[in-house]
Amino acid sequence: MNYILQYLLLLFLVACAVAVARTRDLLAAVIIFAAYSLIMAVLWQLLAAPDIAITEAALGAGVTTLLLVAAISKTRRQE
Amino acid sequence: MEDIIVRYISRIIVPFVQLYGLYVILHGHLSPGGGFSGGAIFAASMILYALSFNLSAGTKKLSHDVSSVLESGGALIFAGMGLLAVLLGTNFLGNRAAGFPLGIPGNLFSGGAIMVITFGVGIKVASTMITLFYSLIEGEGHSHD
Repeated sequence: MNYILQYLLLLFLVACAVAVARTRDLLAAVIIFAAYSLIMAVLWQLLAAPDIAITEAALGAGVTTLLLVAAISKTRRQE
Repeated sequence: MEDIIVRYISRIIVPFVQLYGLYVILHGHLSPGGGFSGGAIFAASMILYALSFNLSAGTKKLSHDVSSVLESGGALIFAGMGLLAVLLGTNFLGNRAAGFPLGIPGNLFSGGAIMVITFGVGIKVASTMITLFYSLIEGEGHSHD
């Protein structure tokens, strides 16, 4: 019963991972990847690893997204 | 990016993000997080500032040269604390054996050299990511969008 949230988040995680690979628009892929990282951070917290959760939220959802958006602004948006 | 909403929100949110980053760095020996996590949060705030305004506004706060110097300085703090323990007669990065004051467990100023080492790691990580962003964004080439 307590694992419903974890299974839901894992479902979203798989959906996000598939969507990142299938999206043609690179900016949309970056945003979905940020959502993937955010779900992953919540999952780390639920797995009792707050240290990794902080790092994942700051690096995965923050810095990586900003760096990829900067890279897209230097190149093309479509794949 | 000439959006007034993004600029206004980032102007409000950046000091709080930086304060939280410093909190995570300085409480690295007490609570989850540490030099890497806190440095990443701090770098994210500076990158957000430079991205929502423009690069010249970001480099006015923290120039490319200063962040390069800080990048080496953080590594030097780490190595310096390790070598200081060697000079005091113990192993590299020795803490209690080198005679650093340990304090009361649970207090902010406790743990001897760990706090200084974590601070060095935080400076190193933050300036590395800021330098990475500056190097990526200020290169040659033009935008296609």
